[in-house]
Amino acid sequence: MTRALPILTVLLAIVVIWYAAAIGMNSPWQNTLNTRAGLTDLPFTDFALQTWAQDRPLLPAPHQVIGEIWNATVALELTSKRSLAYHGWITLSSTLLGFVLGTALGVALAVIIVHNEAANRSLMPWIIASQTIPILAIAPMVVVGLGSIGITGTVPRALISMYLSFFPVVVGMVKGLRSPEAIQLDLMRTYDASPWQTFWKLRWPAAMPMLFASMKVGIAISLVGAVVSELSNAAGGGLGVRLLTGSYNGQTIQIWAALFIAAALAAVLVMLVGAAERLVNARMGVRA
Amino acid sequence: MSQLQFFLALIAGGLSAIALALSLITPFEQGLLLKAFLALGVVSLLRFVVPMGPWADGVLAVLGATALLTSLEVFAPAPPYFWLALTVTWLFAWLFVERLSHTLAPRLSDNAGLGLLIPVMFGAALLVVWEVVTRGANVPPVLLPAPSMIGAQLVNSAPILWADFVQTFIKSVLPGYAIGCLSGLAVAILVDRSPFLKAGLLPIGNFMSALPIIGIAPIMVMWFGFDWQSKAAVVVAMTFFPMLVNTVAGLNASSAIERDLMRTYAANYWQTLMKLRLPAAGPFIFNALKINSTLALIGAIVAEFFGTPVVGMGFRISTGVGRLAIDLVWAEIAVAAIAGSAFYGVIALIERGVTFWHPSVRGGRA
Repeated sequence: MTRALPILTVLLAIVVIWYAAAIGMNSPWQNTLNTRAGLTDLPFTDFALQTWAQDRPLLPAPHQVIGEIWNATVALELTSKRSLAYHGWITLSSTLLGFVLGTALGVALAVIIVHNEAANRSLMPWIIASQTIPILAIAPMVVVGLGSIGITGTVPRALISMYLSFFPVVVGMVKGLRSPEAIQLDLMRTYDASPWQTFWKLRWPAAMPMLFASMKVGIAISLVGAVVSELSNAAGGGLGVRLLTGSYNGQTIQIWAALFIAAALAAVLVMLVGAAERLVNARMGVRA
Repeated sequence: MSQLQFFLALIAGGLSAIALALSLITPFEQGLLLKAFLALGVVSLLRFVVPMGPWADGVLAVLGATALLTSLEVFAPAPPYFWLALTVTWLFAWLFVERLSHTLAPRLSDNAGLGLLIPVMFGAALLVVWEVVTRGANVPPVLLPAPSMIGAQLVNSAPILWADFVQTFIKSVLPGYAIGCLSGLAVAILVDRSPFLKAGLLPIGNFMSALPIIGIAPIMVMWFGFDWQSKAAVVVAMTFFPMLVNTVAGLNASSAIERDLMRTYAANYWQTLMKLRLPAAGPFIFNALKINSTLALIGAIVAEFFGTPVVGMGFRISTGVGRLAIDLVWAEIAVAAIAGSAFYGVIALIERGVTFWHPSVRGGRA
């Protein structure tokens, strides 16, 4: 309870601000509607309720978004094309595949970079430069290019997730693997430790905090990659497609519902990484 | 000579010999420079008898690249020995970089120029492979244009690219980045004072920084209009939370014993903050600044896909894909990559100056 109270307070404040903002942002359009309908001198409470119940509000009220999520998940068959659970699963599967591939690639590259001076000097600047290529621009080309050689479905989207998620892991792991002080490395040398032993007994444990910090960033950005890569193929489904169709049709409630589901997915995934971190910390004898 | 270098040299020389043998069946005057390069590659096997400096490998790699590029027009379908020569060139470049970095490694600080040569070499090798493969194997330009085509487009459409750069980078990315990072830092310091707020805001900040915030781009376009304001708003939203979370984590990075020391000095809150906790948070803050520098550019470009005036990098890319003007798209991507790398590089330089005490910098590496 002591942990939940501050969070609940902040959440409550956000909800209150949100409802107030919804009144402010939706009122010009509601005024237009009411003037057309000849409604004047409405009490403020009625007016506020009207602004929270528009069909295509500028800012939907939280209960509208939650209602839409309920309608699009529980009230629908799982296999329906309008079900957010169906679209969420498509996004989740490419996110997880991309994250696993990206983390493996990132750790492998970081190990090579830390141990080989030539790799460090030649790869590191280009890994950084590779991240500045706007991924959405090449997402259609990647999907089309891989489609032409027979790779379709989850894999091309997972590759884009991988491309986005390997970067924080490389940067974090290079920093983490180099975090042992020179004096600690010297101590390993006085023990006559092999490079292999130095790696497993000093560098790898020292890099753990950085690994989990970058994995948290990595899994979140991997979800972004999955959502963004779905924008290129409207027929494939996924939360990105819901965002895109919502934006084309002005269905703001649909956009927010898809955003909320994506947010919930991200939160669960980051929490899972956090749980793994606590487990590893406990095994390594770290006290909180 | 290390084991890796030994094998690289052996394979490079051996492949040269095979390629030279394969090339003997073609007319003598065809691709003369390429054959000369392969012959020299075979001669390089003498290094196992007579020592050879690393620069000889560099010269061989450059010679190989020149030979490959000049003989691109000679062959209608490129013969197998042409592709072997490409592999040999790559191996020589690798060997050169490997040997050069070995001679550089012990003396880290006094060879900035030579150290720069290595990534340049790697990038150039990548460009040569790209050029040779796309033109040698006749990859359709719509799928992947050759770098020379992109370069020509970069020069021809310079005014358009500059206007897009100003619209996207100067007007959207920079203000959004500054506002997002500064407010993230300020809120983190404020939140850090109150355990109640920290306990309440931090999980929510973590949650928000994990959100696919690019998704709010259509909403921001609805709220702030088509021009740069909506893109800057997306950038602010994307950069705020990584900064908040990293700074709060960084403020806890100083150890209890260090904070106890400050207390024995009778240091007040602000002295402890300015002299101990903020400097200790430096690596975390710069981590966020670096992550944000790439996020900001991507955010601004992606936001332009949802609605923009008829200028801007994202606009040019999305219309270019539609019109199949792929070389213009790649030129725009090149501009974005250069701008983003320069942005990141400036921040990394500042980090070296500010967090000079951190082991990862003190070792001479960023």
